[in-house]
Amino acid sequence: MRTRTWAPYALIAPTLVLMGVFLVYPIASVGWFSLCQHTVTQPWKNGFIGFENFRRMLFEDELFWQSLAFSAKWVVVEVGLQLVLGLVLALIVNETFIGRALARALVFSPWAVSGVLTTGIWILLYNPSTGIFQQLAQWGIGDPGTSVLGDPATVFPATVVTELWRGVPFFAILLLADLQTIPGDLYEAASVDGAGRWRRFVSVTLPHLRDAIVLSTLLRAVWEFNNVDLIYTLTGGGPANQTTTLPLYVARKAVDSHDFGYGSALTMAGFVILLFFSILYLRVSKFGSRA
Amino acid sequence: MTQTLTRPKTVVPPPPAPPRRKKHRDPSRYFRLHLPLVLYLLFTLIPFYWMVVFAVRPAGETSLVPWPITFEHFDTVWNGVGFGLFFQNSLIIGVGTLITVTVFALMGGYALARFKFRGQKVFLLALLCTQFIPGAMMLIPLFVIFKSAGLLNSLTGLVIADTAFQLPLALILMSGFVRNVPIELEEAAMVDGCSRLRAFFAVTLPQLVPAIVAVGSFAFIGAWNNFLFALMFASRQDKFTLPVGLSYALGEFNTDFGALAAGGVIAAVPVVLVFAVVQRFLVQGLSAGAVKG
Repeated sequence: MRTRTWAPYALIAPTLVLMGVFLVYPIASVGWFSLCQHTVTQPWKNGFIGFENFRRMLFEDELFWQSLAFSAKWVVVEVGLQLVLGLVLALIVNETFIGRALARALVFSPWAVSGVLTTGIWILLYNPSTGIFQQLAQWGIGDPGTSVLGDPATVFPATVVTELWRGVPFFAILLLADLQTIPGDLYEAASVDGAGRWRRFVSVTLPHLRDAIVLSTLLRAVWEFNNVDLIYTLTGGGPANQTTTLPLYVARKAVDSHDFGYGSALTMAGFVILLFFSILYLRVSKFGSRA
Repeated sequence: MTQTLTRPKTVVPPPPAPPRRKKHRDPSRYFRLHLPLVLYLLFTLIPFYWMVVFAVRPAGETSLVPWPITFEHFDTVWNGVGFGLFFQNSLIIGVGTLITVTVFALMGGYALARFKFRGQKVFLLALLCTQFIPGAMMLIPLFVIFKSAGLLNSLTGLVIADTAFQLPLALILMSGFVRNVPIELEEAAMVDGCSRLRAFFAVTLPQLVPAIVAVGSFAFIGAWNNFLFALMFASRQDKFTLPVGLSYALGEFNTDFGALAAGGVIAAVPVVLVFAVVQRFLVQGLSAGAVKG
């Protein structure tokens, strides 16, 4: 239907207004603030200072580099594990078995749980006095009084497992949806040609899932990079800033020290990094070239 | 319709089917399928179970199968701490966001799917780009906007913020769903004298019910779960939402795990139930091609 009317514009108008006010304008203003000194506590010093914030960030701020390094580690480990486990889970619940609908509803359910609630649940599970490790110790497995969140050696894996619990269903749902679009005769043809189970997976399933895998890993990587609520409530970035991500650092600069100018510069750095890696990833993976 | 008519021409005798393996006699299924499934179910359900046990177990007990159960912790958080009010706030924000996101996504999704208009590609690109905008990093300018618009400590303000951040993806999904409804039906109705609006309500909308259920539910879940906006923009306790109340509970109830668990159950039950009902629609909708746009 090729029409020249005002109708489509009227239909997208509410979306445009909301996006303009709450997405486009804020980005522009972050860009402007990043070039300014802007603190709530010392308003008389506010004003344009050029690239001073960026100079300070790149050359004087160790915590910036540290939080960036942890963000990278967090994204790679989380997204990698979520993808592998999510794919395995999707393949399992795509098989036919009794109680499949119930099994799907159950294994997908953590997806609906918020980051804060996830923290609440896992704090109950991890707590050293009445948690699962205490219970296991009673049955003779491990030591009593293990505090996985308090020990610098275990805080990272413990946080990763917590986020996996909530994150794996996202991949499982998206990949299951795509698995269901693979025509069954492809597998039959492969079987007739003598392909074993593994060979069918590599030659039929994986190529078909490629675009879905690329898209879901990209969305998830951005999301995990920006994920604040779980880490903020579970570890608060500690112990000793060990689990501080870049967005968590930004939030702390903005909320605790009211340093909006410097916080905006950190935000811009995050943007540029996300944008750069997103474009690189889409180029390298040749997304959409199959279609 | 045409497919069923032309199909008989192409029917050829099927090749002899390969001997089908008796699926349920295959012992490797236990290792490939049942064992990993059971392990994953344990990983999913033990944390939930742990929370429920803590919520109904009298303080001081450690039994894993508590009996008799108690509702004292629920009474504490619902009436004493104010989770009753937080629940109400979350519900208002969730339902408000559900309505605005669904209506705007239907409008915009229909526009994308059924019209060709100048600037369409730019609009679609802008929608996709929003997925890279980190809500957490926008807190500073958003706070400034909210303050100058008088939207701090207001449930309406939170509905607007949640809508703005959820709408782009909901709109993209919805346009995929609309595209899957055959346009011929709508055109036939218009030939019969319906206006486009009437044709939409009479023909297309009924076909979109599963899509509306899916998109609406996910808007509800997203708004119900949103933590950062609620934490930043509603600092007065009578405007707290469940996630904010829970985050304070995490600090305050460090010793009262029963109360924390009861608060968690209150926050979890509505979304987990909603999700259990609609996850089927989501998988169907996505596999119908919405993912590929």
